[in-house]
Amino acid sequence: MGKNRLLLILLAILLLLVGAACGDDDGDDASGDETTTTAADDSTEATEATESTEATEPATEGVEGTVTVFAAASLTDVFEELGTAFEEANPDATVEFSFGPSSGLVTQITEGAPTDVIATAATSNMEDLVEADALDGEPTDFATNSLELAVPTGNPGEVDGLDDLANEDLVVGLCNEEVPCGRFAREALEAAGVTPSIDTNEEDVRALLTKVEVGEVDVGVVYRTDVLAAGDAVEGIEIPDDQNVVATYPIATVGEAANAEGAMAFIELVLSEEGQVALADAGFEPAS
Amino acid sequence: MPAALVAVAFLVLPLVGLGQRAPWSDLGDVLRAPEVGDALRLSLLTSTFSTLLCLVLGVPLAWLLARSPFPGRSLVRALVTLPMVLPPVVGGAALLYTLGRRSPIGSWLEDTFDVRLAFSTPGVVLAQSFVALPFLVITVQGALEAGDRGLEEAATTLGAGRWTVLRRVTLPRIAPSVAAGAVLAWARALGEFGATITFNGSFQGRTQTMPLAVYQALNRDPGAAVVLSLLLVAVSLVVLVALRGRWTTQL
Repeated sequence: MGKNRLLLILLAILLLLVGAACGDDDGDDASGDETTTTAADDSTEATEATESTEATEPATEGVEGTVTVFAAASLTDVFEELGTAFEEANPDATVEFSFGPSSGLVTQITEGAPTDVIATAATSNMEDLVEADALDGEPTDFATNSLELAVPTGNPGEVDGLDDLANEDLVVGLCNEEVPCGRFAREALEAAGVTPSIDTNEEDVRALLTKVEVGEVDVGVVYRTDVLAAGDAVEGIEIPDDQNVVATYPIATVGEAANAEGAMAFIELVLSEEGQVALADAGFEPAS
Repeated sequence: MPAALVAVAFLVLPLVGLGQRAPWSDLGDVLRAPEVGDALRLSLLTSTFSTLLCLVLGVPLAWLLARSPFPGRSLVRALVTLPMVLPPVVGGAALLYTLGRRSPIGSWLEDTFDVRLAFSTPGVVLAQSFVALPFLVITVQGALEAGDRGLEEAATTLGAGRWTVLRRVTLPRIAPSVAAGAVLAWARALGEFGATITFNGSFQGRTQTMPLAVYQALNRDPGAAVVLSLLLVAVSLVVLVALRGRWTTQL
């Protein structure tokens, strides 16, 4: 028994080495793309099949099937709201969301994650997809946002500005450096000449917001819209314009979209007056 | 038989995939990056401390569960095994609400002793120990239950006190199982992710252990993530080989 195990382990090491020796990027990428496309097609077909019985009622847009949307964490509430509106306008369609850090979503797409729409919190992340030739057409900017400090209700750390992020006695949270909110926060801190005493770098802005809400983090740099979305659970402290950073949100159809028509309809909704009003209600500013 | 081969391929191929993506030519550069060194150092430090904590707490608990019948013992057994099957992120959330800064215990520690567990290296040790402890308890408890009590009874009959019996008879006999349990607990602590990131967040050199560094690197520098992953694979293989004679054959 023990001997067999050892053999297996040796086999594993051997295979690792073999894999390393004959590893070539082209073959690997091609096979990866193929599987993900098939999976996406399957899921779309399945949805169409189940919903075809209801297709007697003429839909205004005529969009059907599942529209998969990858979106920056800061868009969570407003996009879910728009998703409901989209499904009401297109009874044969369903919208599925995956919210997360823009950088992580971009990595997933370059690795072949099946999705139709991508919306990031920074143009730089979208540029990575443009360079990777992973988009269908050009991205469109649809909103802007700015940074704000979030503190737990009652402001136990008595924070009143970016300067306080240098205080070692406070638990200070930022987003990871490669996530837009983390990068912008560092730009703002640099503009203010503050060296922060960071205690945690969170995966995305909503993970950071949650840690502020439960009172574990005394101050976090999030977006203005996150402070609004959290309601009474956090208090916001504004960052002056000369230290603040404007985040521009682009949206695009993914090149390998299984439901390109649905993707375009969703993007139209975001850019429409209805979409812009919803974004404005959530605290976003219009894209210039 | 074909199913068995598929199973082997299923378990081994992902490792091949990792190896295939590794930037072998940049290996040295990636391994020398400061965040890799910090993560490795922190991981080795915290998982070793976690193992010590597991030994101090786990051996007496295993003893209690194996040797002292008390009412509700099976319930206690089930409860202390729970972290083994519980999603670690749930454990992290539970720790956060029990020992976090706004919890009664956490705020008392912070007000009285100026000690903050969340977002700290000791907090990482706690999160790791929470998920690793059952592995040690179960291994040691199994050895205590399986062992022949005759030798201990003989020693008692020959006039040895309880302490002497424990020290000279019982402990030497379960020592290999304690070692195996400790290695298992160490490996589990080394791989801990969910409870650690939930309870402690992530900060280089303080709370960002190897698995957290892998996760973060995946979004920034996938090559580095692969190298870090392979490093963890190598460590895990060493652990398996070290356990070969003990744990794997016993099960």
